[in-house]
Amino acid sequence: MKKNISSLVKNKSKMNYDLDLLKDMYKKMLLIRRFEEKAGQLYGMGKIGGFCHLYIGQEAVVVGIQSAQIEGDSIVTSYRDHGHMIACDMDPKGVMAELTGRVDGYSKGKGGSMHMFSREKGFFGGHGIVAAQVPIGAGLAFAHKYNSNNNVCITYFGDGAANQGQVYESYNIASLWQLPVIFVIENNKYGMGTSVNRSSAGDNLSDRGKAYGIESEIVDGMDIIAVREAAIKAIEYCRLGKGPYILEMKTYRYRGHSMSDPAKYRTRDEVEKIRKTSDPIENIKVLLNKMGVADKVLKDIDVEIKSIIADAAKFAQDSPEPSPSELYTDITIN
Amino acid sequence: MTIEILMPALSPTMEEGTLAKWLVNEGDSISSGDLIAEIETDKATMEVEAVDDGKIGQLLVPAGTEGVKVNTPIALLIDSTESPHTSIKSIADKPYLEKEKITTELKIEKTVTLEPNSSIITVREALRNAMAEEMRSDKKVFVMGEEVAEYQGAYKVTQGLLDEFGNKRVYDTPITEHGFAGIGIGAAFGNLKPIVEFMTFNFAMQAMDQIINSAAKTLYMSGGQMGCPIVFRGPNGAASRVAAQHSQCYASWYSHCPGLKVVSPWSSKDAKGLLKSAIRDPDPVIFLENEVMYGQSFSCPDDDDFLIPIGQANIEKEGSDVTIIAFSIMVGKSLEAADILNEKGIKAEVVNLRSLRPLDIETIINSVKKTNRAVTCEEGFPFAGIGAEISAAINENAFDWLDAPVNRVTGKDVPMPYAANLEKLAIPQVDDIVNACSEVCYKS
Ligand SMILES: Cc1ncc(C[n+]2csc(CCOP(=O)(O)OP(=O)(O)O)c2C)c(N)n1
Ligand SMILES: [Mg+2]
Repeated sequence: MKKNISSLVKNKSKMNYDLDLLKDMYKKMLLIRRFEEKAGQLYGMGKIGGFCHLYIGQEAVVVGIQSAQIEGDSIVTSYRDHGHMIACDMDPKGVMAELTGRVDGYSKGKGGSMHMFSREKGFFGGHGIVAAQVPIGAGLAFAHKYNSNNNVCITYFGDGAANQGQVYESYNIASLWQLPVIFVIENNKYGMGTSVNRSSAGDNLSDRGKAYGIESEIVDGMDIIAVREAAIKAIEYCRLGKGPYILEMKTYRYRGHSMSDPAKYRTRDEVEKIRKTSDPIENIKVLLNKMGVADKVLKDIDVEIKSIIADAAKFAQDSPEPSPSELYTDITIN
Repeated sequence: MTIEILMPALSPTMEEGTLAKWLVNEGDSISSGDLIAEIETDKATMEVEAVDDGKIGQLLVPAGTEGVKVNTPIALLIDSTESPHTSIKSIADKPYLEKEKITTELKIEKTVTLEPNSSIITVREALRNAMAEEMRSDKKVFVMGEEVAEYQGAYKVTQGLLDEFGNKRVYDTPITEHGFAGIGIGAAFGNLKPIVEFMTFNFAMQAMDQIINSAAKTLYMSGGQMGCPIVFRGPNGAASRVAAQHSQCYASWYSHCPGLKVVSPWSSKDAKGLLKSAIRDPDPVIFLENEVMYGQSFSCPDDDDFLIPIGQANIEKEGSDVTIIAFSIMVGKSLEAADILNEKGIKAEVVNLRSLRPLDIETIINSVKKTNRAVTCEEGFPFAGIGAEISAAINENAFDWLDAPVNRVTGKDVPMPYAANLEKLAIPQVDDIVNACSEVCYKS
C-alpha cells in the first residue's frame, strides 16, 4: 500500500507537488462533498425522491483518477454517481436538477439520481443494476480500440458488485482481446449492509484478476496523491495497448448505503475514526497549509463552492417539471 | 439567525415518523454531521445528522411523539453566540411552537374489519409469519437472499428469521443473483425446499436463465423425475420514484412460461395463504409481492394451516354491471374505483386474481357472463400483458355475453420515468379504472 498523506508531508519531495494541481483537486473534492451534503438535505425535505446514494468519504478516488485522464477517455459507474459526474466537469446545476426530477436535468428528469449520462463529457452512466456497468465499460474500451483513438475507459464498481458473474466474464474478454479498460473497484468495505469479508471469498478483490492475467494494484483510496499516481501508471499501461488493469481502491462511505439505511451493521465509532484520521479532504487541506497556502485562500475556495452549490440547489428547484408529452419521447429513435 | 430543523424524509415512501429520542439538549452546540435525534419509520430506526452548525435553541417536538409529518419543524438552530429561547420570539406565534398540540396522531387508514380467529397485521408480517410457520413445520425449508439475515431484510420481510432459525436455515448471499438462484434450484433438485428472496424482482432479471431454463423446464425434460420445489419471492411492480431499472411489473414475463406457477397477493390474508401454499407446492413458484403494500394492514387468519389454493381467484366485491379483474396493488385501487363507480350508479364486481398461472378462467368467465363487461387492471406494460391474455380468454369463452369490448387499464407503454409528474402519469391510477369502467358501460 502507498504511504498516506501525513507521511507525504514529511517527505520533502512531495512538498514540491504541483500546487495548482493540488488546489484544483482539493476544490473538486470539496465541490463533490458540498454537493452531496446539499443533496442529502434536499432529500430530507422531500425535494428528491427514490434512492439517493451519497459519495461522501470516497471523493479522492474519482478526483485522483480524473486528474490522470485525457480528453476523450470514457467513464462508467454505478448508481453512486454524483461525484463521478462532477469530476467529469458536468454542471452541478444539471446534476442537481436531475435529482429533483426537473426538465433541466441531464436526463430531462426521466432518469433521476441513479441514471444520468453526458456523451459530451464522456460520462456513460449512472447504472442502477449492480455490476451491469462492468461489461459496458469493457465494451466502451472495445470501441476505443476499434477506433484506434488511444483513449481508455475507466470502469468503476463496488466491492459488492465485484462478486457478480459478469465482472469475470468481462475480465476474461478484456484480457483476451487486450481492451484498454481500467477496472476500478471502489472497495468502501460494505455492499449495503454486508461487509466485504462476509460477501467475498479470498484475501483481496484485486487478486481475482490474476487468473485472467490482469495486472492489479491495491491503493489507499483516501490518499488522493496515491490514487493519482496509481492511475497514471495504470492508464499509461492501457494506452500502450497492453490490455486491462485493475485498481482496488480502499475507501470508505461515511453515510448510509442510501438515505433509508439505518446502518446498524457498523459502529458509529468506526465511521468517526476514519473521518477523524483519514478524511481525504482534510488531509489535502493540511498539506496545502504546510505548503504555504494561506487560510484565507482556503476560506475563499469554501465560499466560492458554497455559492456554486446554493445556485445549483436553487436552479434545481426552480426548473420546471418535464412536460407531460415527455412521457412518450426517447423510447426509440424512430 | 434561526434555522428550522425539519422532520426529514428518510425513505422514498415515508410521510411521517416517530421522533423516538433526542440526542441533544437545548443549548448544545452542534456542527454539521453530529447526531441530533433518532427517528422511527415503519421500516427502521434511523439517526438524524445535523446539516448546519449552531446551537440548539429549542426542541419543538418532544421525544416519543408519533406521527410527526415530514417537513414539520422539530427544533430551532440558533447562532452559537445566542442563548436558547431568545431569538425565537419573532416566530413564537407559529402554532408548532405549542408543544402540547403535537400529539399522537395516528394515520387515518381505511377501517379494517377484524374477522373471527384473525388478527389485523401488515402484509409484511403476514409474509414473515407464513415463512416462519412453514420453517417450523418443515426442516427442509430454508431462506436465502441478499440482506435477508443480519440486516433483517432490505424491506424487513425476513425480520427475526435469523434469530429464530439460525444461520443453517437463513443465508445472506453475495450480490450474485444468477448464481444463488441456480444454487437454490440445485438444492431443490436435492430435495430441499428453498425460499429465494430477490431484493426486488428487477434483480431477478440477472437470474432469468436459471429460473426459466433450469427451474421451469427440467421436470419436463427429465420425463417427470426432476421436480423443483422452490419459491422465488420479492417485491415486484412500481415502487416510488426509483425510475426505469427499479420499477417494473414482471407478471406477464413469468406467466408466459409453462412449468412455472405465478402468484401475486394483495392483502395480508392472500400473502399468508398463498405463500404457505407456494412453499408446500412441489413446483417452482414465482411469488410477486409489492413494496407499497408491505405496510398496509388487513385482517388475517391466525391458523397455522390456513392455505389459499394456487389457481383460485377471489371475488372481493360483488356487482352486476362490470367486472374489474385485478391482482396485487391494483385490487385495492379497483375497490376504490368501485366505490366511486357506485356513486355514479355503476355496480362493479372486483375479481382478485391471486394466481396468474394457472389463471382462474372459470371465475372470470362466470363473472363476465353476469356483468357482460370487463376491465382488466395491471401495472405492467400493455403489450402482451396479463390484460391481453385475459381479454383473449374472455373472447374465447364468453364472446356472446359481451356488451362492450374488453377494456385494459395498464402501466403506460414507456419505461418508468423518475420525475414525479411523469411517474404519476405512467402508473395506472384509480381514475383510470373509473374511466375505463364508465367507457364499457357507455356512461363516459
Ligand atoms: C443486480 C442487483 N442486485 C441488487 C441490487 C440492490 N443493490 C443496490 S446497491 C447494492 C449494494 C452494492 O454494493 P457495492 O457494489 O459495494 O457498491 P456501494 O453501494 O458500496 O457503492 C445492492 C445490493 C441492485 N441494484 N442490482
Ligand atoms: Mg461497497
